[in-house]
Amino acid sequence: AKSPILAIPEEPSNSFSKKRNPHAEVYCLSGHPTLPCNVLKFKSTTIMLDCGLDMTSTLNFLPLPLVQSPRLSKLPGWVLKDGSTFLDKELKECSGHVFVDSVPEFCLPETELLDLSTVDVILISNYHCMMALPYITEYTGFTGTVYATEPTVQIGRLLMEELVNSIERVPKAQSASMWKNKEVQRLLPTPLKDAVEVSMWRKCYTMPEVNAALSKIQLVGYSQKIELFGAVQVTPLSSGYALGSSNWIIQSHYEKVSYVSGSSLLTTHPQPMDQASLKNSDVLILTGLTQIPTANPDGMVGEFCSNLAMTVRNGGNVLVPCYPSGVIYDLLECLYQYIDSAGLSNVPFYFISPVANSSLEFSQIFAEWLCHNKQTKVYLPEPPFPHAELIQTNKLKHYPSIHGDFSNDFKQPCVVFTGHPSLRFGDVVHFMELWGKSSLNTVIFTEPDFSYLDALAPYQPLAMKCVYCPIDTRLNFIQVSKLLKEVQPLHVVCPEQYTQPPPTQSHRTDLMVDCQPPPMSYRRAEVLTLPYKRRYEKIEIMPELADSLVPLEIKPGISLATVSAVLHTKDNKHVLQLPPKPPQPPASKKRKRVSDDVPECKPLKPLLSGSIPVDQFVQTLEKHGFSDVKVEDTAKGHIVLLQEAETLIQIEEDSTHIICDNDEPLRVKLRDLVLKFLQKF
Amino acid sequence: MREDRSPGSDSLFYGLFLGNTWSLDPTAKLVQDNPCLTEFITSVLALPEPSPSILSFTLRLAGILAASENRFQLLQQEKLLVRLFGRDGPLNSALWEDASVRSGWVEGVHSMMHHQPALRFLCDGGGIDVIFTLQGDPSLFVASAAGQLLVHMLTLSVESEMTKPLSTKDCDWPACAQMIIKRIEDSLQSSSSSHIEQSLKLLTSLFGSCRATWTEVLWLGIAKQIESFLTEETVQAQHMLANLLLSMAWSPVFCDTEGGFWALVTSALEHLTPVQAGPLAVGLLRLYKCPQDVRIQALTVLLQPMDCILRAASQPLEYAGLLDESVSDPATVESLLSSKSSCVSLLCQTLAHLEELLSLIHLPVDLPYTSLLHSLMTILQFCNGFLSPASPLGSTISRILINSFRVQRSALDVLAALSERKGCDTLLGSLFDVLLAYLESPNTSPTVLKKTFQATSKWLVRLQELSCSNSQWQQTEKILEDVFLVLQKRLCSPCWEVRDSSLEFLTALIKCLRDQDEFRQSLLSSEVLKLTENLLEDPESYVRASAVTAVGHLAFITYFAPESPAIGNQYNKENTVAKLQEILSTDPEGFPRRAVISIFTKWLRQGCTGQLEDTERFVSRVIQTVEHDLDWEVRLGGLELVEVFCSQTICQLGLPKCPYAPVSSAVTSSIHQNESLHIFCRAKVFNFLFQSLCDCDKPVGQRACDILLGLRCNFYPVSTLKDSQGAEDSRAGRSVAWLQRTLRQGSLAQSFPTDGGNGVDFQDPESMLLALGTIDLEELHDELNKSSDHVEKSPQSLLQDILATVGTIEENEADCY
Repeated sequence: AKSPILAIPEEPSNSFSKKRNPHAEVYCLSGHPTLPCNVLKFKSTTIMLDCGLDMTSTLNFLPLPLVQSPRLSKLPGWVLKDGSTFLDKELKECSGHVFVDSVPEFCLPETELLDLSTVDVILISNYHCMMALPYITEYTGFTGTVYATEPTVQIGRLLMEELVNSIERVPKAQSASMWKNKEVQRLLPTPLKDAVEVSMWRKCYTMPEVNAALSKIQLVGYSQKIELFGAVQVTPLSSGYALGSSNWIIQSHYEKVSYVSGSSLLTTHPQPMDQASLKNSDVLILTGLTQIPTANPDGMVGEFCSNLAMTVRNGGNVLVPCYPSGVIYDLLECLYQYIDSAGLSNVPFYFISPVANSSLEFSQIFAEWLCHNKQTKVYLPEPPFPHAELIQTNKLKHYPSIHGDFSNDFKQPCVVFTGHPSLRFGDVVHFMELWGKSSLNTVIFTEPDFSYLDALAPYQPLAMKCVYCPIDTRLNFIQVSKLLKEVQPLHVVCPEQYTQPPPTQSHRTDLMVDCQPPPMSYRRAEVLTLPYKRRYEKIEIMPELADSLVPLEIKPGISLATVSAVLHTKDNKHVLQLPPKPPQPPASKKRKRVSDDVPECKPLKPLLSGSIPVDQFVQTLEKHGFSDVKVEDTAKGHIVLLQEAETLIQIEEDSTHIICDNDEPLRVKLRDLVLKFLQKF
Repeated sequence: MREDRSPGSDSLFYGLFLGNTWSLDPTAKLVQDNPCLTEFITSVLALPEPSPSILSFTLRLAGILAASENRFQLLQQEKLLVRLFGRDGPLNSALWEDASVRSGWVEGVHSMMHHQPALRFLCDGGGIDVIFTLQGDPSLFVASAAGQLLVHMLTLSVESEMTKPLSTKDCDWPACAQMIIKRIEDSLQSSSSSHIEQSLKLLTSLFGSCRATWTEVLWLGIAKQIESFLTEETVQAQHMLANLLLSMAWSPVFCDTEGGFWALVTSALEHLTPVQAGPLAVGLLRLYKCPQDVRIQALTVLLQPMDCILRAASQPLEYAGLLDESVSDPATVESLLSSKSSCVSLLCQTLAHLEELLSLIHLPVDLPYTSLLHSLMTILQFCNGFLSPASPLGSTISRILINSFRVQRSALDVLAALSERKGCDTLLGSLFDVLLAYLESPNTSPTVLKKTFQATSKWLVRLQELSCSNSQWQQTEKILEDVFLVLQKRLCSPCWEVRDSSLEFLTALIKCLRDQDEFRQSLLSSEVLKLTENLLEDPESYVRASAVTAVGHLAFITYFAPESPAIGNQYNKENTVAKLQEILSTDPEGFPRRAVISIFTKWLRQGCTGQLEDTERFVSRVIQTVEHDLDWEVRLGGLELVEVFCSQTICQLGLPKCPYAPVSSAVTSSIHQNESLHIFCRAKVFNFLFQSLCDCDKPVGQRACDILLGLRCNFYPVSTLKDSQGAEDSRAGRSVAWLQRTLRQGSLAQSFPTDGGNGVDFQDPESMLLALGTIDLEELHDELNKSSDHVEKSPQSLLQDILATVGTIEENEADCY
């Protein structure tokens, strides 16, 4: 049988050893709304929500060509206005833009805002949001656990592996650091001048660090309830955005915080989003909305196909810079249906990535994480994704790199999918150099993470056609407003970018989160106190103790009982236990030392309740022989003055004092008269 | 009938049949001669629980019978009418709950309402109350029929019972009319909005159907009350007033009067909400007899939302607004436009009204076309988020309109309609910016894109006309270049609807602009040609069909033009013809084949198929392909081609079609006759035509017969028709006689000899001349027009089809009504 449960208001300062803050707080460590990294202090736990790595910093660097590029190596060094050339080894100029000639570096989440070694757990919502994980787990003294779903971990590993691989295989002799000097940075042209926290930029991690980081991950399944120190329960829910992507519910017995990050309501390959479980949240933290709110993904896919077909029909090649997992599955599925109708059956499609093979195969085995349609295919049995058929029929070929087999099979015109979408490293750099000079070729940007103009800057002048078809299936603002209406959280917390129209379209007031009360916003390096106070804590009562209670009905429907017990607190669970039995009367006359570890149990005094009606009380006093009774009203109650007896009775809301001069019998008499008006229990 | 409930014996059908037959004979003889009719009614009335459908039928039947006064009296004598329509009839039984019984009752009463005795029978029996109650019947059919019945009774009463004309001072209405009018007046004064609504509906229908002067007398009695509905907010009747006023405006009784009525209309335009006033305004603008000031006011009401949009967008001063002043408070329109729930519907309604107006050939008022166009462009820019409004109202509207496909479609419709009106030329540049933004945006939905294409093609024609007159070729060339660029992309769309509408757009452009050099140059220098030809092999049959049509029209520019450009496409003229023929003979879907045959006909009409010999070979090939096509529309298309071919051949060989043309000498005429006959025989025209006479699809047979009749006129002047008697002597005569017999069997002649096995040689000119002269084509023609197993339009057949398809379950029998 379950123990009876009590909910008692929690006092802010109590006897817990760890000082606990009654407020929940969010520490914002990343300024990027779609690559979040926030820390939630909730109850007595410290939870990191996602671990996104902002890679836009790499756009300031020159591309890393796999094959020596005469063009890049001949770029002139950058010279200051005054003619000084001390930076010309570090900075190169290309078509009016200045780039750092060094291994690309990434902008890490804030590490100074709080001591990251105190983070208890890290919750990962999707594979794009875990790329900074090795920096956190391996450099900050982190000793906790990371929770993520299996596809998130597997595909996240592939993304990290590809990243490490494409940077490590092009070792760069020099590493630029002089430009980061604050005095020097001031002199640089934009965007380098305005780059934030350059001192925090770090080189890419290594494979051993990746492995060490991933070993700290514990796999979870959707709707699985994970207890954190008894205080908090966390649950991943399907978010509909990518294979294994999740939103998280973080709740105690009386509070619920939902973390919505990278969700999609579109029907693509993953399991649909679980919205119902987000209902009744006190706070909903909303991140990872679409980066291109004006582009409808269906329209963009159409645009992608049309441009691809037009290029190939004119004898040109198509380059699609992309991640090795995610939207590429949907694009391949679309092309599968489209290529025959568009007469492109003979055009080869190449997918080049060190993890291409694993990515294509992984996608086929995570059946339980797929949408219903794809799940049913598995029972037929058929591969859930049609790219299996494209591979079988040799229409889609995949290679780990441009070396080896690929160079033998390579036929033009063709379509190449390869990374990295920043165009700074990976095999895409090679194709940009190879195809950039011909206007027959087209590069089609489908990943929304990087500005395509910035990505193309070091390749200028460029003859190749560029098409921007960002496909971002994450929630748009219309869907968000429907979602919020549906789940009705009491408060919404989101990055500040979502509380105003995009800077380039200031009139589009429809492109912001619209809810009541207005959302609370945060920005990088800010701490936000969540707008509610913890008021209750759950305490269990042992059955034997509950048995001994004698409730007394003081109002219809309300019964009270006094409880004397020992409050036992362990692992954030509170239990009221029977008090130890009163010490036996000593058997011998010998005085025994009272045991120290058992608290002494005093006999219980009854508790009083009720209020004293002054008029009736005065009448009672007069009945009992007190004459000359005077009543004075005070701010808090009344003073009854017995002039003859030189006695005061102070009656206030929560106390009654009898002040008389050493006349104990009088005091007792008066006390008993007062008590007649009160209930005891 | 009472017992039988099988599908064939549907009571409604019998009712209609009997009604039509008996209404011709007004005497009582029919009832007297057929006692079974009254017996039937009596026996139905005697049933303890008649089925609702039988009872309903009986009510209708009795009504039809009682339509003539004589038969009415007879049925009255037998007390049948009282038992059916009176207080003790079904009216007060449980069966009245059934809507079909109530419907039967109303229809029965309506049928009998042709004479005074019937009118009195009903009025005296309290029937008027019943009908008034039925106006609010939950079944809309019954409610509507009750309203119509009241109008009918009122008109009948006034027109048959009046002894002297009515005047406003002395309105001595006949008794029945008096009752109805009293009820109308009472309900107008009641506080029940449903009663008021019913009476307004009744009046609307009365004024719409009856144009007699007494309606004015009736109106004068209630005008004050109705006027008060405009201002009283407690009564929710405003929305009905627009219809009432419109129906009155069409009646000469009211529209010719001075003052009163039009003052009320003006007041209505002021007081009704923009949504309610819209239909009234557009109705008034269609009216020729509307006073000019009212017309201007109506136009103002209609343009107010468009004006508000312009102002909200805070455009430069030159387009400050559409209106000098507004009829009602602009705040009303502004508040409607700033509410999410009303903005889209108000705009769509306004736009629909404007399109309706613009589609009128003659508009009684001038619209401010430039401002209107500007307002439309503003709406379209709000919808795709390209406009940043400065005013708060503008931001609200823009927020509501973004991505509203409904508004986009309506605005584009109006835009297309506006292209035919002159006076918007200054805005052409920015208009094409808006249209191109829509064509280019991947967010444009396929249906909106289709509308954009339609509007663009119309405006391109306008642009071309203008650039001819003002020589602004550069702007036109730039726009055409942009259009073709985006068209190329759209032709590659993965969405077949987009490919399809892109091809339709291309066809529309070629149709209108193929004679313009700039257009031809822009088109030929783009990739559109190649892409269009690729789409002949599209997996979607609609797209293939559209591609066929587009390629067919492109051919006028590429292959058939006098100085056809040398272009290196995969198809040259011969290849294209061969490709289309391949589609005609092998495409598994009907649409592309239909498209091919209609393009071939078009080519033939325009004389693009070469010299006569080439054309003969071409037609012959096509005939052999289509004669066995499974799709009757393709076969019909083939016949159309043959018809064009025949008339062209005859024309070319000099046989004058026009009866007034100078008659050529008999000798040359017969030589030419002979020659054309030979050509037709060689091209296997007759084989196809005679075979088509027995086609299982009648339109094919009819068309073939028409063509044969036309040919006979050419080969046999009226006086020289041969007598078929005696012609059987020759071999040809015998075979033609056989053909005649075969053809008489019509479509039953399943085994029509295609190989001439029975001796008919369809390629023998002599036999064919004889066949044309002797076979009674007129008779065949009549026969084909009579039989109707293909296009069956009678309701009886439709009903039978429905019943046969769904089988008989009791419920669906009711549905068939």
